[in-house]
Amino acid sequence: MRKFSFSRKSLGVPYALFLFVFVIAPLLVLFYYAFTDGQGQFTIANLTGFFTNPNTLGTLCYSFALAIVTTAVCLLLAYPIAYILAFSNIKSKSVILMLFVMPMWINFSLRITALKEVLTVLEGNLAMHPFLNAVIGMTYDFLPFMILPIYTTISRLDKALREAAMDLGANEFETFLKITLPLSVPGIISGVSMVFLPAMTNYVVLDMLYNSTYIMGSLIGSYFAAYNWHGGSMIALILLGIICLFTLLTGGSEEENTRGGALL
Amino acid sequence: MGTSENIIELKHITRTYEDGFSAVEDFNLEVKRGEFVTFLGPSGCGKTTTLRMIAGFDIPTSGEILLNGKPITNLPPNKRPINTVFQRYALFPHMNIFENIAFGLKQKKTPKDVIEKKVKKVLALVDLEGFENRSVSTLSGGQQQRIAIARALVNEPEILLLDEPLGALDLKMRKEMQIELKAMHDELGITFIYVTHDQEEALTMSDKIVVMSEGKMQQIGTPEDIYNEPKNAFVADFIGESNIFNGIMTGKLKARFCGGEFECVDDIEQGTHITAVVRPEDVELTPPGQGIISGVVDSVIFKGMHYEITVVSGKNEMVIQSVKSAAPGERVGMKVDPQNIHIMIAEDHTNIFSADINQDFHLEYNGHILDTSVTKIIKGSRRTEDGTLLDAHGEVIDPKKTKIMVSIQPSDIHMTDNMEEGIVQGYISNLIYKGDHYSYVIHTDLEQDFIVNDEYLWNMDDQVGLLMPVDKMKFALKR
Repeated sequence: MRKFSFSRKSLGVPYALFLFVFVIAPLLVLFYYAFTDGQGQFTIANLTGFFTNPNTLGTLCYSFALAIVTTAVCLLLAYPIAYILAFSNIKSKSVILMLFVMPMWINFSLRITALKEVLTVLEGNLAMHPFLNAVIGMTYDFLPFMILPIYTTISRLDKALREAAMDLGANEFETFLKITLPLSVPGIISGVSMVFLPAMTNYVVLDMLYNSTYIMGSLIGSYFAAYNWHGGSMIALILLGIICLFTLLTGGSEEENTRGGALL
Repeated sequence: MGTSENIIELKHITRTYEDGFSAVEDFNLEVKRGEFVTFLGPSGCGKTTTLRMIAGFDIPTSGEILLNGKPITNLPPNKRPINTVFQRYALFPHMNIFENIAFGLKQKKTPKDVIEKKVKKVLALVDLEGFENRSVSTLSGGQQQRIAIARALVNEPEILLLDEPLGALDLKMRKEMQIELKAMHDELGITFIYVTHDQEEALTMSDKIVVMSEGKMQQIGTPEDIYNEPKNAFVADFIGESNIFNGIMTGKLKARFCGGEFECVDDIEQGTHITAVVRPEDVELTPPGQGIISGVVDSVIFKGMHYEITVVSGKNEMVIQSVKSAAPGERVGMKVDPQNIHIMIAEDHTNIFSADINQDFHLEYNGHILDTSVTKIIKGSRRTEDGTLLDAHGEVIDPKKTKIMVSIQPSDIHMTDNMEEGIVQGYISNLIYKGDHYSYVIHTDLEQDFIVNDEYLWNMDDQVGLLMPVDKMKFALKR
């Protein structure tokens, strides 16, 4: 974007307005509903209710497990792909990278519907393997978000660093373990946060794969469907807290790593 | 061959890339144990490629590398007792100084206490005691350089390779490090192979210099040899500032070049084509008429220790270093002590002349446009949308300050009676029969001599025009 000559502050006004109407105001409403009961009285019953109800706690754990497994599978698939792409000499590198990213351009529901058909052929009754199907669906959906940041980080690594390691007596594998892997951590972290957070809350994929299991997203949906706005808001708020915590944790270490990376 | 004195030998090394470009061609070198050898040349001359082949990062297309008499040509870098100091240091950013230096020793499974001792010792050697726990990012460029040297030296390699290690440092730091590196070399007795494009650096530090150009070795010798007795025009031009002229021996100990007849000390047969090299500090200014040649002062630049004076004599340019200044436009005479004229028999009789870049970015010589593209001549250069010319590093090239050296073989120039047709005009000042052709010297109106081979006989003093096909010309950027 080119610089505009008029005051930058005036440019910020619509953005601030947007922020207030679509971010801050809904958050305030969310807070209000989470801490009130049907009569509009202040209460923490919704909070205690969540942590004493084995069903909601179970759903939280299940969502957690699902997100962790999905992220791990994505990482295990994406790292070798990104590594091979970044270090190969092939000229059509960008074309191959594009092939991995291209599914993102195809309509989401079309992709999942197609996947559903494939899985039905392979498994028969989809309801038999709900966890597996959820992992497959979300991995398919989120893989590019893992490949891209890792690929970018690895391809920006100074070749001289790996040469230096080999010069000092490390073989190819040791060089990977001691140089390439630690230095690609920033890419891994941004890939993980780009996959883990949506995997925690996404329930459309599961719904479309005829999945009957509840995860956090569907749990909130069911509360609102049953007109329990207060309980639903509290669960949404708790999820928000968990995500904030996660972002803070990864964000902190990411900053540390980019400081090191800036030296390259 | 393969005597125990030679630590490393390169035999007929050639490195050709897939696109047919040869970075190194038939390179032969023997390095003695404990020597400080420098590969010197402009960027793209193949010096770094040669170093990388010694380190093991690159494999020669053909040829053999022997270490202590044993072939190591295809050995991976981690199996060679050779360590490298990289151009941009290549310190591991995720490790502290101790871990960086200890990397090689840990790889060799050295006991922990020995590692600690050795790291301490090598840190003292590079003057950075107590830096063990510092992180790489807190160090200055000079300190990072020392750590990079320490990281290589701690492994006690048989050969230390240094790839332009001082390139990123400022001038003062560079001078200090040159002295320190030389001292380290003397102290440790390790063989150093050093790569640089800085001739002063090479002259200061080396026992032996290998001058390279276009993948080929141009000359190998001690710094004194290379400076005082350059083997060809390229070496003379690259090592220090030089005035280089094509000329011819006109009598016993007499040579004609730069529009004058000079006495010299090299006894070369009359009629031989020569290249004459005169160092700027060896030219003496005299009142006009009292020198051997005369000219007009074109520019004077104050350089601190001396003035750099450019004098134009005919079409020739003479650069002079003098403690006395002169005024631009002043007529001066010039003489050179016979001892200070270095005459080389021109092995090839390549004609070299300099062409200008005009405002439209065309090459121009004697008012004639040479039909070629400037961006093709200057490697990696490009034109921007607003018409400026950028070099490979994205810096602006000023056409007024840039000259292009054009070289053309004597057999590629043709003479014509039709004077106007030629790029340049002159008369035949010398001719020799060479068995199957005649070799002519054409003294041009621009006071420059061209050597032309022709199978037909022309007469002395014939007025001729010279035709030079552009596709037979070779171009190089004048530094």
